[in-house]
Amino acid sequence: MEPLKKIVSKTVVMASTNIDTDQIIPARFLTVTTRTGLGKALFADLRYAPDGTPNMNFVLNRPEAAGSTILVAGHNFGCGSSREHAPWALVDHGLRAVVSTAIADIFTNNALKNGLLPVIVDSVTHRWLIEHPDAEVTIDLQSTLLTLPDGRSIRFPIEPFARHCLLNGIDELGYLLGKLAQIEQYESARGWREHA
Amino acid sequence: MSARTLFDKVWASHEVVPESADAPAVLYVDLHLIHEVTSPQAFAVLRASGLKVRRVDRTLATMDHSTPTRTAQIFGDVPIALDDAAKQVRQLEDNTRAFGVELFGLRDPRRGIVHVIGPEQGYTRPGMTIVCGDSHTSTHGAFGSLAFGIGSTEVGHVLATQCLLQRKPKAFAVNVSGRLPAGVTAKDMILAIIGKIGVSGGTGHVLEYRGSGIEALSMEERMTVCNMSIEAGARAGMIAPDEVTFAYLAERPRMPTGRPWDEALAGWRALASEPGAVFDRSVDFDATRLEPMITYGTNPGMVLPIGASIPASGGDPVTERALAYMGLRGGESLLGKRIDVVFIGSCTNGRLEDLEAAARVLKGRRVAAGVQMLVVPGSQQIKREAEQSGIADVFKEAGADWRESGCSMCLGMNGDTVASGAYAVSTSNRNFEGRQGVGARTLLASPYTAAACAVTGRISDPRELL
Ligand code: SF4
Repeated sequence: MEPLKKIVSKTVVMASTNIDTDQIIPARFLTVTTRTGLGKALFADLRYAPDGTPNMNFVLNRPEAAGSTILVAGHNFGCGSSREHAPWALVDHGLRAVVSTAIADIFTNNALKNGLLPVIVDSVTHRWLIEHPDAEVTIDLQSTLLTLPDGRSIRFPIEPFARHCLLNGIDELGYLLGKLAQIEQYESARGWREHA
Repeated sequence: MSARTLFDKVWASHEVVPESADAPAVLYVDLHLIHEVTSPQAFAVLRASGLKVRRVDRTLATMDHSTPTRTAQIFGDVPIALDDAAKQVRQLEDNTRAFGVELFGLRDPRRGIVHVIGPEQGYTRPGMTIVCGDSHTSTHGAFGSLAFGIGSTEVGHVLATQCLLQRKPKAFAVNVSGRLPAGVTAKDMILAIIGKIGVSGGTGHVLEYRGSGIEALSMEERMTVCNMSIEAGARAGMIAPDEVTFAYLAERPRMPTGRPWDEALAGWRALASEPGAVFDRSVDFDATRLEPMITYGTNPGMVLPIGASIPASGGDPVTERALAYMGLRGGESLLGKRIDVVFIGSCTNGRLEDLEAAARVLKGRRVAAGVQMLVVPGSQQIKREAEQSGIADVFKEAGADWRESGCSMCLGMNGDTVASGAYAVSTSNRNFEGRQGVGARTLLASPYTAAACAVTGRISDPRELL
């Protein structure tokens, strides 16, 4: 995985709360067997009219949104399914961070494994971001600071190990494979009783 | 040592490496369930890295999500209608064969929805850690296991190492007292709980459902409750195993007998939260006052007692958008509204007791003209049981469509969908925009309520038909 250190971008704002995984990528697009190419299905039911033409009122279709890599979303983003297709679609579309006041647990786990940064901010910062679409924002993973255009910086929480992996482009599977001796030890210590 | 919760105990006994400030715990997984939709990318990682499935004896695969429910496509000569779905099903067959993983394949009599077959076939047991690339893995927590959904990358981690990197969530006690009134079900209970704590109220927590209201529930009802923990944003839901649990387990295939059973039982009895165990949060419910519940919006927290009026939006954009999508107005009652589709099934309410409940309402009655009713058993075993006991005939005689098991209309990726703009009363778990089909309008309810709506063709209080 590519290391992720700093994201500087204009924001795209989707203010709705509870943007669930079925909105991010509807189930009918989950019949893929690879993780690439899902960007075209991102927010499919919001982005396209039933005849497949782009809905120009939808925020990601506005010309200003081109090239933005930071999505500012309403409270409780990514709730619902465990489908990793949701972060795959966001990343494939070119997004690198989602900013909200709350992001669902499984989505957070999945996002971190795909170089998509889940950034939780307080409600005051969030309101400012919602009210200022297209604002130029810097998200620095090294310092864990989100910086607004006026220079105000807000610290965001991130699980330290996930941060370490993102900063250094480390794959968590490699880390787990490095624990195999301990895993074997654990298995033999448990002695494979039928469950307890 | 301070008093520990059920969750503390299961967590502690699965820590291969405890968590530290720098790194999450390495958590051992006892049972890994896989299905056709979220596993292909994980097997691809294994192939690319030359890795094997570390514990095939702790891995079980089934087909449910994109698998069709039409008999001709499962048992006849008719090919699976959706090409991509067919490809996923074939790929799971190839992957499980190549890696030596046990598969309940398309025509296997044990096949069914992943969260239905685990308990049914005796794979799910108290005190286990269970994961699956599916958020409703929380269902298995009804047995006192720690069970949660993971993404496809994590599916790869578990296949390769039988472990996951996890931070320990917080503990949240949901205390339910008293027995449910007649006509009110476990589904109504969990919908009311979600309505109270909200769709993100459980984020970062594992819920433990406890109290006399939970103890009074059957295993099937407990699974319905734990199933929807994720709809409150929770990582998992758990219920301490008790005599009801042990009686259910004793009848399952694969269960040990004699001394190994006695030893397992002793371990399971020691799992319950100890008196004085501290939870990070708690909430109290009185089951005796619950009514049949139904959702009116586009998340499971937008729910009300069936006779109540839809709340006014008060200018709230979220409610306004949801009501516009649903074609409903604040202040009106749902009772008497015409509906188009009724779906009985899913890992929430597709078990035998659920089908029996629906059949109780339908017996001697017919599905209203203009209403499509789909009844999809949660597993092939449930299908056979329903056919043997005669309840399948109740459905067929009433004019419902009786199918092979699978996820079906719960997520509409297998050919079973709700038309745009149509109203579907569904016993599944998500009423998100587009979940059951583009533009589909879902109202979540219990099997009783769904069956009552099928008979009248309108939103109806099931207590009037029971
Ligand atoms: S029935 Fe629905 S919720 Fe359950 S596993 Fe299938 S798709 Fe998921």
